[in-house]
Amino acid sequence: MSKYILKRLLMLIPTLIGAAIFVFFLLRLVPGDVCELRLAGTGLYADPAEIALCQKNLGLDQPLIVQFFDFLWGYVVFDLGDSMWTGFPVVHEIGLRFELSLQVAIMATAVAVIIAIPLGVISAVKQDTWIDYVVRTFSIAGIAMPSFWLGILIILGLLISTQHFLGEPWMPPIDYVPIWEDPMRNLSQLIWPAVATGYRYSAVATRMTRSALLEVLREDYVRTARAKGLIEKIIINRHALKNSLLPVVTIIAIEFAFLMGGLVVTEQVFNLNGLGKLFVESVGAQDFNMTQQLVMLVVVIFVFTNLFVDVLYAWLDPRIRYS
Amino acid sequence: MTHLTTKLALTALIGAGLVIGSIAEAAPKSGGVLNYVVGSKIPSYDGHVESTFGMIHPIRPFYSTLIRVNPSNPADPSDFVCDVCEGDVPKGEEGGTKFTFKIRKDVKFHDGTPMTAHDVKATMDKVVFPPKGVASNRKAFFRAVDSITADNDYQVTFKLKFPTGTFIPALALPFNFIYAKKDLDAHGYQWHKKNINGTGPFKFVQHQKGSFVEGVKNPTYHFKGQPYLDGIKAISAPKLAVRVQAIRGDRAAIEFRGFPPKHRDDLVKALGDKITVQESDWNCVLMMTPNHKVKPFDDVRVRRALTLAIDRWGGSKYLSRIAIVKTVGGVVYPNHEFAATPEELSKLAGYSKDVKGSRAEAKKLLKEAGVNLNFELHNRGVDQPYKVVGTWLIDQWKKGLGAKVKQRVQPSPPFYATLRKKKDFDVSVDFNCQSVINPIADITKFLSTAGNNYSQGGDAKADAIYAKLEKSADPKEQRALIRQYEKRVIDDAMVAAITLWWYKINPHRSYVKGWKIAPSHYLNQHLDNVWLDK
Repeated sequence: MSKYILKRLLMLIPTLIGAAIFVFFLLRLVPGDVCELRLAGTGLYADPAEIALCQKNLGLDQPLIVQFFDFLWGYVVFDLGDSMWTGFPVVHEIGLRFELSLQVAIMATAVAVIIAIPLGVISAVKQDTWIDYVVRTFSIAGIAMPSFWLGILIILGLLISTQHFLGEPWMPPIDYVPIWEDPMRNLSQLIWPAVATGYRYSAVATRMTRSALLEVLREDYVRTARAKGLIEKIIINRHALKNSLLPVVTIIAIEFAFLMGGLVVTEQVFNLNGLGKLFVESVGAQDFNMTQQLVMLVVVIFVFTNLFVDVLYAWLDPRIRYS
Repeated sequence: MTHLTTKLALTALIGAGLVIGSIAEAAPKSGGVLNYVVGSKIPSYDGHVESTFGMIHPIRPFYSTLIRVNPSNPADPSDFVCDVCEGDVPKGEEGGTKFTFKIRKDVKFHDGTPMTAHDVKATMDKVVFPPKGVASNRKAFFRAVDSITADNDYQVTFKLKFPTGTFIPALALPFNFIYAKKDLDAHGYQWHKKNINGTGPFKFVQHQKGSFVEGVKNPTYHFKGQPYLDGIKAISAPKLAVRVQAIRGDRAAIEFRGFPPKHRDDLVKALGDKITVQESDWNCVLMMTPNHKVKPFDDVRVRRALTLAIDRWGGSKYLSRIAIVKTVGGVVYPNHEFAATPEELSKLAGYSKDVKGSRAEAKKLLKEAGVNLNFELHNRGVDQPYKVVGTWLIDQWKKGLGAKVKQRVQPSPPFYATLRKKKDFDVSVDFNCQSVINPIADITKFLSTAGNNYSQGGDAKADAIYAKLEKSADPKEQRALIRQYEKRVIDDAMVAAITLWWYKINPHRSYVKGWKIAPSHYLNQHLDNVWLDK
């Protein structure tokens, strides 16, 4: 197992180099300039000499290949550089947002799992009954509804209902407080995006749980278990569910990785200062360095999530473990 | 807008007037924290370098400037008062080439160091004469300044190479933060990008990057009794919908940039008298800039036809219901004494109320030039007001000239790259957005030598008029020269056209008192006179 993990870790190096080359040169194809946006982006007059000076200070006047090797050298010396927009270290900028994104991803995953597994099981066990139809409608609605749209509905619903019942409209906080500083305020901000994204996320997982469990329930060993008189609850929980979870785990893990950097619109709707919002801002500001490092971070998250899933597979399925 | 919402908006406006009236009478209350939302992000904290309101709104309250727009009368574009100077803003001596400022003796930096004339000199030296390699985004505004001297600890003198009407407004720019000389000497010229030590009404507490900036009351602020607030919190909220909801849900009391009319109406409808609306003309304008290097726009007849076909008066009436544009004006901010009167405007191409006549003239010009217009309008991918105005322009040209126009919308970075580097456009929506109203400086955009004139053309006659205008000390002469200049750049030579001036709408929670709307979202942002009536 350890040899397998080591091999997977070594494969990370060419993946990261490939991603680095790709993101560096692709970004440079987009026209625009961080200095022009900073100094003259809002329509004010900016002296062209000042723009040139800003470009020089950021190293943007250097040949592309020099800039590329500077970028790679940063990894060798463990210096990811500074944001071209704020001038603060990239590690500092990302660190602040990482915490929030991680919490939302964990909370959304928890919401998704809490909804998806029981509903998926119920739907499979009660196949083609009205319960199954209700669950399937609920999960299809989740897939069809974008989480940001659901987020907008949640906020408007909160504003209108609280004004109606309490006399004053209420909405979730729009500035982030870490959970250890003020748990109530933290949760009152993050529970809503977690529900909005967790619902969509659960919809996919519910359907996957249902179909995987239905497949397992048709297996010979399940029939054997029934034939020998085991009660249905034990058959489902002990024999069928664990084996049907393999594809569900994959879906949950990939969605988790996606949530870490891909909650772009939902973060905007709830004004969350997460990695998705930082992504949008960096691209919009032509902050090459920040964008590059964020892409690399997402690559690392995906690679490690996949590794985690593989290890989990081995734990769930003895055939993988023993091979 | 429905009849009902119109009524609601009007009620709110009347309410706003009453509230403003009562502000004058009510005694300010101390205490509370003002939460406000900011729709743009902070690059660095250095006002001398940056230009975005994303920096001004959260950071300006930590700093003072030598002079500022009168916070009690910010609507008046020529009413300037002392901030760290004493008495009235000086009139020029020696034919308008010497300005002596007495400096207050009770100003302290937040680290406790007293502020003197040497700090003002060091600051203004950095702005006006930055050493090689040091950025100063507004040094061009101070081209006339010859020297700055600290005559003693409490007196600073500026000497100009020639008298100019641009100097005092340029001094009042909200970006001219006063820095401590000792900070500049000890830490260098980059230190203020990441550190704050000002003399403003609030002391910096923390900046949670991308989320908020927090400040607390400065107990040693030089205007005694102010600020009234215990603190401020500027919350970053890039999405317009979030900013509107934040005010509705009372997560923020105000947004200082401005909302479109629909959001004003929504807030008024939802919250009634809990919302006060302040409105003002805005020192920002969208322009229509033809590329003089691209055929057929190298022909002045075609360029004039483009502006003649626009019904600005009709556009003002209808667009002001859906977008943040309203006022018909020439090259100067409409409420300034140097701005063209409606009668003067009506003599310019495209400003006549006889739209049919203007369009007939436009068609005649195109016929003379032998041109059937079929081109691309380059625009910025921002709804308010870019895309609204762009779409309106296309409709005007279709109705007025039978032109076939396609709109090419680009996100901000490639949009600017097209204007400034690639220059591969036919006609573009362009912009001129300034802070302090400084007409003589603000209209440089049309000069053939201006770095922000994206038409790739100009007019030698207009350049010559401006050269005279810049060195004129007589307001009457300045006004007359501006009229000549205006006639050249938006009519006879049609370097670029003015569409409609922006209109600023600030709905805010009614408990926010003391803040008065200014004609720019950069102005009146020190917040020392704001208080909460809770």
